[in-house]
Amino acid sequence: MKIRVLVGTKKGAFILTSDGKRKAWKVSGPLFHGWEVYHMAGSPADPNRIYASQTSGWFGQVIQRSSDGGKTWETPGGGPQTGPDGMPHGESNKFVYEGKVGEHLFYDGSMKPWQFKRVWHLEPDLKDADTCWAGVEDAALFKTTDGGRTWKELPSLRTHATAPKWMPGAGGLCLHTIVLDKVVPKRMFVAISAAGAFRSDDAGQSWRPINNGLKNDYLPDKNAEVGFCVHRIAQHPAKPDVLYMQLHGGVLKTEDGGAEWKNIEKGLPDNFGFPIVIDTNEPDTVFVIPIDPMKGRIPPEGKLRVYRTKDGGRSWKPMTKGLPQEHCYVDVLRDAMSVDAMDPCGVYFGTSGGQVYHSADGGGSWNAIVRDLPYVLSVSVQTIK
Amino acid sequence: MVRVIVPSFLRTLARITGEVELEVEPPVTPRSVLDSLEARYPALRGTIRDHVTKERRPLVRYYACSEDFSTEPADTRLPDDVACGKEPFLVVASIAGG
Repeated sequence: MKIRVLVGTKKGAFILTSDGKRKAWKVSGPLFHGWEVYHMAGSPADPNRIYASQTSGWFGQVIQRSSDGGKTWETPGGGPQTGPDGMPHGESNKFVYEGKVGEHLFYDGSMKPWQFKRVWHLEPDLKDADTCWAGVEDAALFKTTDGGRTWKELPSLRTHATAPKWMPGAGGLCLHTIVLDKVVPKRMFVAISAAGAFRSDDAGQSWRPINNGLKNDYLPDKNAEVGFCVHRIAQHPAKPDVLYMQLHGGVLKTEDGGAEWKNIEKGLPDNFGFPIVIDTNEPDTVFVIPIDPMKGRIPPEGKLRVYRTKDGGRSWKPMTKGLPQEHCYVDVLRDAMSVDAMDPCGVYFGTSGGQVYHSADGGGSWNAIVRDLPYVLSVSVQTIK
Repeated sequence: MVRVIVPSFLRTLARITGEVELEVEPPVTPRSVLDSLEARYPALRGTIRDHVTKERRPLVRYYACSEDFSTEPADTRLPDDVACGKEPFLVVASIAGG
C-alpha cells in the first residue's frame, strides 16, 4: 500500500509519498518551478496517470501529464507530433469556448465577455485514464478523451439561461468543483463561484441549478436561483443523494441530490471556510476548517482547528491535537484538503503558510508532513494498492 | 537563419537549451518568427500569443536591436540584423510586481 499526496502551490508542485503506515514521508519537488499549480489529480483507473494544471500570469495555461506516477511529465499535445494536415498539434493547453461567447455580470454591474484564464480543477474520469474533466475560469466545463492532447468544452453549462447573471467571486468566475457520481450513472455536480451548484443527469449535456435553501446576504433577491458563492461540495458513494456544502457563509447538507439544502453549521465557531471532505469509510463523518472572513480569512482566535461531525452535521467537535492553537494566521483553500482510502481514514490539508498536515486516525491527531512549502493551492491524495 | 531567445520558464517548458535558430522565409516579422518558433516547439503555443487570436499575451514583450516591437503590428519587418542572425529576436517576460 502506498499513499501519494499531490500538492499544488503558488511556486510549483510537490509529491509526498509514504507507505500504508503513513508515518515516514518522502518529499519530492518542486516540479514546474515558478509556475502556479492550481490542481493535480490522479486517475482512479490508472494511478500512474496524473494530470496537473500549471498556470502563469505571464504565459497562461499549460496542462502537464505523467504516465509513471509523477516521475516524468509531458505536455501531451506539445510534442513533435503532426496531424493529418502536417501541422503539429500543440493543443494540450488550448481551451477555447464552443460557439458564441456570451457575457456575464461583473462586479460593477456591467457585462463582460467570457474569457478563458486558467484551469482550476481537474477531475479524471472514474473508468478511463485518458478522459479527464476540467473546471476553468471564466466558468466552463471542458473534457479531454485523449489524455489531455485536446480539450473540448461542454457548452450547455456556460450557455445556461442563468449564465448572464453569474458574477465573479473574489478569486474570479471559476468552476472549481467537479463531482462525478460513483453510483448514479451519468450524474455529476459542479460548483461555480459566484453562481452556485449545478447538477447534470446526462453526463454534462444539460444542467440545472440546485441552490434551493442556500442563503445569502449579498443578493437583493433572497430566493435567487443563482448568484451563490459555493466554495465546495462533497459526496460519498455510500449515500449518493447526500451532499455536503461549504458555502461562503454557511455549511449545508442535502439529502435529495440537491433539491433542498439545509443548514448544519450549528456548533461551528464560524460558518465560513473553503474545503469540506467526507471520511472514506464513514459517510456521516465530515470535516471542515472554519475561517474567520471578517479578520482577513484566518482561523478564529488564531487557532487552527479541523471540525469533525460523525453524525451528518448534527454536532461538531474540534480536532486540535498536533495543530497550532495560538498565533496561527493561515488560510486553507477549497482544493487544499483531501482524504485517503485507508481505514482509519487519513485526512490531509495544506495551508497558505506552506504546511501540509495529515491525520492518520480520522482527525484525532495531526502532524505536519512538511512545513515550509510555498502557499498551498491544492492537495489531492492517491491510495495505491 | 533567425536567432530567438525565449524566457527561461518557456525554455524549461519546451525543453530548449540556449538560443533557438530558425529558418524563416522573408519577410522576417514578429508573426513569421513566432509562427516558425511554435511550429518547432508546439508546447509554446498559447504561452506567448493567444491560441486563436494570435494576440501577444499582456505580460510578454518582443525586443530586437534595442527596439521594442511589442506594440507594433505583427507583420512589421524586423531589422536586417535580426533577419540575417546577427542580432537575436528577444521574447521577454515583462517586469510585473515589486
